[in-house]
Amino acid sequence: MELRKNYFADERKDDLNEIGHSLQRSDVPNHVTGRTAFFADRTFPNLLHLKMVRSPHHHARIRSIDLSEAERHPGVVRILTSKDVPQNLYTILILIQVGPPDEHVLAEGKVRWKGEAVVAVLADSERAANEAAAKVKVDYEVLPAVFDMLEALKPGAPLVNEHHGQNYYRYDSGASRKVRFGDVEKGFAEADFVLEETYHSSPIEQAPTETTGCIVAPEGNDRFTCYTNTQAMFFTLDNASIILQMPGHKLHMVGGTAGGGFGGKVDVTVEPIAILAARLTGRPVSFIYSREEEMQISSPRAAETITIKDGVMKDGRIVARQVTGYTDAGAYSRHSPYGAQKGAAHYPGPYTIPNVWVDTWCVYTNRTPSSAMRGFGVTIADFALEVQMDKLARLIGMDPLEFRFINAYRDGDMKAHRQPTEGAALIECMQEASIAAGWPVAERFMKMSSKRREA
Amino acid sequence: MALKRGRGVAAINYPTGMNLGGDPSQALVHSTPTGAFMVTLSSVDLGQGLRQVMAQICAETIGIPTEQVTIDTADTDTGPHCMGTFASRGTHRIGNAVAQAAREARQVMLEVAAEALEVDAGDLDTDGKGMIHVKGAPQKSISVFDTALAAHFKYGRSISGRGMFLVPRSFPETETGAMKPATCYAHACTVVDVEVDDETGEVDVVSVKNVFEVGRALNPSMVEQQLVGGSWMGISHALYETTEPYYPAREHGGRDFNEYLMPGPGNLAETETIVLERPAADGPYGAKGVGEMCANPQIPAVANAIFDAVGVRIDSLPITPEKILRALKAQRAAA
Repeated sequence: MELRKNYFADERKDDLNEIGHSLQRSDVPNHVTGRTAFFADRTFPNLLHLKMVRSPHHHARIRSIDLSEAERHPGVVRILTSKDVPQNLYTILILIQVGPPDEHVLAEGKVRWKGEAVVAVLADSERAANEAAAKVKVDYEVLPAVFDMLEALKPGAPLVNEHHGQNYYRYDSGASRKVRFGDVEKGFAEADFVLEETYHSSPIEQAPTETTGCIVAPEGNDRFTCYTNTQAMFFTLDNASIILQMPGHKLHMVGGTAGGGFGGKVDVTVEPIAILAARLTGRPVSFIYSREEEMQISSPRAAETITIKDGVMKDGRIVARQVTGYTDAGAYSRHSPYGAQKGAAHYPGPYTIPNVWVDTWCVYTNRTPSSAMRGFGVTIADFALEVQMDKLARLIGMDPLEFRFINAYRDGDMKAHRQPTEGAALIECMQEASIAAGWPVAERFMKMSSKRREA
Repeated sequence: MALKRGRGVAAINYPTGMNLGGDPSQALVHSTPTGAFMVTLSSVDLGQGLRQVMAQICAETIGIPTEQVTIDTADTDTGPHCMGTFASRGTHRIGNAVAQAAREARQVMLEVAAEALEVDAGDLDTDGKGMIHVKGAPQKSISVFDTALAAHFKYGRSISGRGMFLVPRSFPETETGAMKPATCYAHACTVVDVEVDDETGEVDVVSVKNVFEVGRALNPSMVEQQLVGGSWMGISHALYETTEPYYPAREHGGRDFNEYLMPGPGNLAETETIVLERPAADGPYGAKGVGEMCANPQIPAVANAIFDAVGVRIDSLPITPEKILRALKAQRAAA
């Protein structure tokens, strides 16, 4: 890596003792010698193992659950159903007033995706828990399911989640988060060319080395210590407190070093049920996702469908940009309403465009709920935006890098969400990339600055 | 049938912290009797090295070596609230909280030293190596060690500080979308060279040149590990990864690292990383969040390079050999 100190040198003092120096990480010796302790390194006597019985159907009504055979399995200590969960209906973002609660800790009446948690089996060994889970008999009435976002939005589509009442999240702004800036129709009418293209992505797994999990130990004084690899200790504590209807001071979360998160460990899916199990049995409980659960059950990055319509002039100026983005939340909200509206804030990208129109939707389908992942709401938007930029440049016969210089935002430019641009540095990154990659651009672009527009 | 070369570019920006703010973090700092400093947090280290960066921020602010600082974190009984480690917020939000706590602790430390030296606290400075001295008169000094001892056993002072950082929450205007999503943005531009086999549809990423603007590289080696790792993840997103390969169909999802495709060591491109620094006005020592943005520009740059190589646009991720071959077949059929 090379630090290019010549850019913005007047905005920085390089006279610090500890900052700006590549000191060796204090945790690295333990990482590379295998001494770092992770939550699952702890062992407890009388540890119980929790295994989740999951829905084999994408959408189904639960007619009945028969636990009799599973309960007789050797080593089984207790089996939990929805009736055991004090506040079974929840949604994690209720902590920042993003509701409504739309998901059950353990399925109640219905399942809405293949893999939804229905029954939790607690046994003396992992093997006994797995074997007993296979003996739980659930009688399902299979219902029609919908997997395609645009199909889900059509009238008459199967309703994924009754708590929303329609297959999209309703913002205070309506069916989508909106940005309206200038007049896109006028911009398209004036443009030399108009290009409308649609981009798609599929769900992506965070793929941490360490799977999601926790171990809960009852402390004897009616407190519970939960050793967890969550990315957010109090977020987990507060959600567990709501679900378990237990005051927060009864809960003690202990983390440390997580074996990778990438956004995959911000849902609160293992801790509440494991704490409940420890409370009901009086024994320590371990609930750790298998690799298959991590891959197919834990929330992935959402699939997205994004349509971008641009009006562009022959001289390279983009004069209008209209974006409609759909985020596939799967069956439940989790963090998706947040992610979808983060996309709305991100468009039209790091470019100054006088006319912008954005609608971002959070859509429900009968698949694994999606949630946070590195670049939440932005990564797929950037894929769509930057491929679109390449197509626009080629459409008007301009060099793709020069085309970006023409449209790049500068300090003081008004963004579509009505904040003035501050601290821009896109121009300088592109100048340095031009040099590093041997991709020459015209001299006037190399003289540009993010700090001011040319006279 | 041949290997075709192509080149693509992409440029991006990325907001620091939770969208629309409203995501607080706190820190507490105190000294031990012998002048070591403890930072107490409830923030999680995901393996990116949060502890090390917080130690450097605390040390710089108090004016002591980083090795004198210990980070005690991720325990809700001892650590004050933190929103969490996500949204590129750790360095910026938690770093600001640590810096504020450290400033308060430093002030007490200087007051104690001033009392011991019988001077004014405003006339004192630290040398960053463990000594506190009168500005312009380095011989008139006291060690941090002796200052902490005196604070504990002579003056009865707690050398400690509280830190809190919150970007107030913004609520989008419903009709126009007027809002304040973030206070600072990181930037990047990536140029990718690929080789596409037009017989198999396989893409070999030959080289990746990344330029990142990060505000301030607080620990350049750690910035590099984050940026290079992110760049590899971007390539992985572009060409390999999905839990539903035939989305929206639910079948054929990978269940383990054999079935879920990611690049192996042999698939990693030659990666060049260049860093620019335009300090953020509200960042700790100017730092912005870079944990997420570093994985973004490679994806469109790879897509654009594939088009440059073989003239087909694959507008759906991931860009698999199957999709490329189908597009090439359609291209030939149309010709």
